Order: sequence, then C-alpha cells, then structure tokens
Amino acid sequence: MSILITPQSKILIQGITGDFGGRHAKLSLDYGTQVVAGVTPGKGGLFFEHGTHKVPIFNSVAEAVAATGATVAVVYVPPPFAGDAILEGVDAGLDLVVAITEGIPIKDMIRVKRAIAGKKTRLIGPNCPGLVTPGTGKDSFGGCRIGIAPGYIHKKGHVGVVSRSGTLTYEAVFQLTSKGIGQSTAVGIGGDPVNGTSHLDVIKLFNEDPDTHGIILIGEIGGNAEVEAARWIKANCKKPVAGFIAGATAPAGRRMGHAGAIVGGVEDTAEAKIAVFKECGIEVAETPSDMADALIRSAKAKGVTLS
Amino acid sequence: MNIHEYQAKALFEKFGVPVPKGAAAKSPAEFASALALLPDAPVVVKSQIHAGGRGKGTFTDGYKGGVKFAKTKADALEYANKMFNNTLVTIQTGPAGRKVQTIYFTHASDIKKEYYLAILLDRVTSRPVIVASTEGGVEIEKVAHDTPEKIFKIVIDPAYGIADFQVRELIAQLGLAGSEAKNAAKLIRNLYTCYWETDAAMIEVNPLITTPTGDVLALDAKVSFDSNALYRHPEIVALRDLNEEDPKEIEASKFSLSYIALDGNIACLVNGAGLAMSTMDIIKHYGGSPANFLDVGGGASKDQVVAAFKIILGDPNVKGIFVNIFGGIMDCNVIATGIVEAVKEVGLKLPLVVRLEGNNVAAGKATLASSGLALVSGDTMADAAQKIVKLVA
Repeated sequence: MSILITPQSKILIQGITGDFGGRHAKLSLDYGTQVVAGVTPGKGGLFFEHGTHKVPIFNSVAEAVAATGATVAVVYVPPPFAGDAILEGVDAGLDLVVAITEGIPIKDMIRVKRAIAGKKTRLIGPNCPGLVTPGTGKDSFGGCRIGIAPGYIHKKGHVGVVSRSGTLTYEAVFQLTSKGIGQSTAVGIGGDPVNGTSHLDVIKLFNEDPDTHGIILIGEIGGNAEVEAARWIKANCKKPVAGFIAGATAPAGRRMGHAGAIVGGVEDTAEAKIAVFKECGIEVAETPSDMADALIRSAKAKGVTLS
Repeated sequence: MNIHEYQAKALFEKFGVPVPKGAAAKSPAEFASALALLPDAPVVVKSQIHAGGRGKGTFTDGYKGGVKFAKTKADALEYANKMFNNTLVTIQTGPAGRKVQTIYFTHASDIKKEYYLAILLDRVTSRPVIVASTEGGVEIEKVAHDTPEKIFKIVIDPAYGIADFQVRELIAQLGLAGSEAKNAAKLIRNLYTCYWETDAAMIEVNPLITTPTGDVLALDAKVSFDSNALYRHPEIVALRDLNEEDPKEIEASKFSLSYIALDGNIACLVNGAGLAMSTMDIIKHYGGSPANFLDVGGGASKDQVVAAFKIILGDPNVKGIFVNIFGGIMDCNVIATGIVEAVKEVGLKLPLVVRLEGNNVAAGKATLASSGLALVSGDTMADAAQKIVKLVA
C-alpha cells in the first residue's frame, strides 16, 4: 500500500499545455502514471499527445472529472492564477490537489486555505515537488508520480518520506534506494509558510499505513511544524523515525530560498528543532548524508525490518 | 522586499495611519528645505538604512548615534551633515555597516507612553495576526521572553477581515480609554488595511505612542513586502533602494539565482533551496565556513553556472568552491559540461570540489574527469564536504 495515491489513481493536470506542465506530464506518463485529463481554459476538445498516449483536454476541472473520473489534480499554472486553479479543483470535489507552482503570493494562499477549510479535498503544496508512490517495474516504473520528482530514483518498499524541500527528498530517497530500501510514498509538502498539508498530517497518514514501516522526516528552519510533528510522534507513533533539519548555519532574518525558511525567533532555529527531535525519540541525521543511515539505526533499535 | 522608514510613513499616511510630521532629504542641499517643512524644533534626525538598532549604532568615523534628538533646527542640520554619506554600523548591519544616503527629519513628539504594534502572518493558523504590547520602544523579543503576559494577539479571519470586537478587546488589553482608545482603534484598523492591501509581509511599529493631547502616532515604521506579490504592486517596486542590497545578490537575481552572502570562505553552488541550506550546514559540520547560500534552481544551465561562478568569485574571502548538484530530471552530463565550460570561461584558480549525483551520473563524472581541470570529485555530500574543508584549511 501507500498513502494518498496509488498506481491506479486517476490524475488530471491543470496547466498541461504550458512548457513546465507539459514536460512533467510526459515524464509522469512515461513512469506509468494514470494521467487521464488535462485542463486549460479555452483549449477544451484538444488532446495532449505523447508517444501512444492521447490525453483529452477540458475547459474546466468539473468537465474533466465528469468525463474521466479523475480524483487528483496537479497544478502547474503560473502564480497569479494558481490560487484560482486550486479552488477550482476543490470545488469539483477532488480527493487531492497538489500545487507545484512556486511564487504564489502569501495573501492568495491565506485566502485559499480559509476557503477550503472543512472541504473534503486535501491540498498539498504549493511550491512543492509533489509525491511519488513507486511502482514494481524497472527503476520503480509503473508507479504514480505527481509533480516534478525524478521517478527512477525510487524503489517500491516500506519507508515513508516527508519533506518541505524537493532536492532533500530526492537525496533521502536516493540514499534509501542505494541501500536497497524502498519507499511506500515520498511526499514533498512545499517550502511556503502557508501550505495545505503539514508534516504532521503526513506523519499521521504514514503511521496509519500498515505498509509503511519507518519514516524520514525532513524539515528546515522557520515555523513550528516540525516541532508539532515531533511531539505527536512521541505520543502516538511507534514506528522508527529519522529526522533532519536544514538551515543550522542560516543567519536570522534572512530568507533562505524558501519563503518559509526564515528564522524569526528562538523557537524556529535548527538547533531548537533538533533538540525537540532528540527529546521525542527521533533519530537525528547529523548531516544530510546520514538520513537513510539514521533511519536504519532507529529501525535496528526498535527491531523493525525496513525492507 | 524592505523599504525605508520615511517611505513606510508615507505609505501609512496614505492609509490614514497618523505619523509625526516629517521630511526626507537625499542630499545636504535639501536639508534646509526639508527642515523648513517641519514645525518648530525639537527635531529628530534619523539615518535611513534598512537595518534596526540605528539609535545605538556608531559610524565608522567614530560619530555616535544614527538617530539623534536636536533641540534646534541648527543642531539638526549639524547632525544631518555628520550622518550623511557616513557609514553606520548597528547590531543588524554587520561590521561593514551601511552608507547613509537619506536623512529623515521628524518633529519630536511629546510622548505620554510607548507601545508596540505589529501585523504579520501567524504560521500556526495561516492567518494574519496583530501583535501588541504595553511595552514599546524596547526589543520585543526581550518582552516576549521576560514578560509574555504583556504581549497581546488577535488573529484575523481572512474571510471576514478585522472585526470591531477584536479591536475593542486589544485596546482594552493595552489599557487605552477615551480619545486614546478611539484614535488607537482607527489606527489599528487602517494599519491592517495597509498590511492587507499592499501584500505586506510584516509591519512593525515600535514604538507606537500616545501623546499628552490624546493623539496616537506611529513613531517608527518598519515594513517589508511579500516578494511573490510584487508583480501586482508597481508602486511598491518603485520604492526599492538598490543601494541597500548586496550588488552580488542583485546580479544573482538577474539569472534567477537565489544568492545570500555569508562571512565564510567556502563558496557553495547547489540546486534546490533545501539542499543549498544543508550544504552550508555540512561544511560547518566538518569544520569549514560557508561563504554563501546559492540555489541555482532546478535547471542549472551553463549560463547560470557561469553567472554563479562569477558572483562567487566576486567575493574576495572565497578560498574554495563546493558544487553540489542532485540532477533529478536534469542530465548530469549536461550539468558537468556546463561546469567545465564555466570553469574554463572564468579561469578558476581556486580549489573546486564537485559532487554530482542523479540522472546519467556516470557520463557526468567521466566528463569532469576527462576535462583536464584540477577539480576534485566527491562521492557523497559528506565526502565532498570533507574534501573542500581540507583543501581550504
């Protein structure tokens, strides 16, 4: 099993006719992902073609859902229109909307988050790499790839990975795969201060998933989401968890690439978060090269088999 | 994006937030005419730089105080002349300080009591929060630590906006009554409108003051904006002061590079913000010191790598370079070719360690190995970090 998505999930792509969305639509199709529809207002009736694939394009998410039964949307549309695109997916009653777009104004996300409160749709992102549930084929093909992550580095298995950062997610996944340890699902929740799904939300899903045996939690400076997740893990999660926090050397008050990665107070420094991780029984990776090994240490201590 | 105090106060006035009468001058020739716009002395003379701690700062020539109280306009003129074109060092500027190129004169208000007021994003609720305190004019971090009961917060529901009952509650907590309460309520509502309408990231007023006549004024103003929203605010982009930004950071932004200068000697070139941050961390972990944060983004094209090398080499402290690329979608061989061409183009003499991983990595490593360049390859981040730390030691 996996969380949030399976190789059978039917995906629609908002922004499939753009360069960015189109490029990643092709990579997802190659990976074996069930891309069943594209949505671009004004281009309904056309098709997105790639090899033997012919994906119908619709004018609205609602039309695409009615025609194809898609339950997941991925949003690649440019920042000024991305908030609207997310709301359209929520309005159509999708299970999951994944917003890849980087650079959405914070005010737009404040309004979007308020507007979707209480709705059935889960939002992941924005400014995130998306998520991958690896498949059983060569290089994990035959899986579900939503977003911009490299699919081939994955391996089907039992470790859940959650991170704000794309490249650090890939780093962790690559380390695991290199050691012969597969993943249930890798989830990038995004680097923005206002996002749809928190570390804790994903940790809860991994905890409930019988097929996930261990978890890597990757965080960074800024905010308190990692601390919140760590405290919950201490109280509720028996599975081995390894943690890494990026930004120990970041100076206070400077935004480190991600809009959310900024130290505002004493509580959101890397040092403070690492201290909480330790206190909560999370095996801390001392360096980013140590993430898979940290999980192996934790699994060994708890007598859990990861592969 | 940050703006100067005088610009923030002009913005406040536009939104009906009262500030003391003031005038800015960008050259000594303008000092007299700016002072003439103010009512009689006393006057406060304020250096305009994008950093806090100005009052307690010292100029590089030894002159003390970037904010000074002047009893007469003649004194104000003298102070302004001392500050202008002088370099002010405060706790927030770093040892290099900032050159003062604008002076702001304001009427010195009679202060009855000082308060603190700020509006920013509350990350826990994903909603705007107004933070206020009865302890103004001091470091708010210290108040939060020592006397947290003196800090009050109201979280705004973005679907409704700021509600009257919330403002009343806040004002009662601050202990304001009568005309002070009425004026403060109006100020808070208008300041919130300013925050919301301009896509501000944070507004901080420290201190907010009451006067003996019952007025409530923003005595200082610090405003920053969400850079993601600048595309819809040309009037705010126009307030940008490039003198306040690191020229290397400006150059980097032209090539879609995210660069932040630090004070170490190992330059980093990385793809992805999270990986870039942790590359700095791992250098420190092995006893080195990072010279910068540099995220080339997902693509890492040859042009970007060349631009990045040039920016990195513009920092005289740099003694070695660490390139850390995880080529997920990008072909590592394309990246390796870009690195080789970039190194040749800029004529790199410093030690260079490259850690390349991901798609088609074998070909990429072969390209680096056969380039004839004196670069060192690292297998993992840890391996590469240890190598570069050793090379610059």
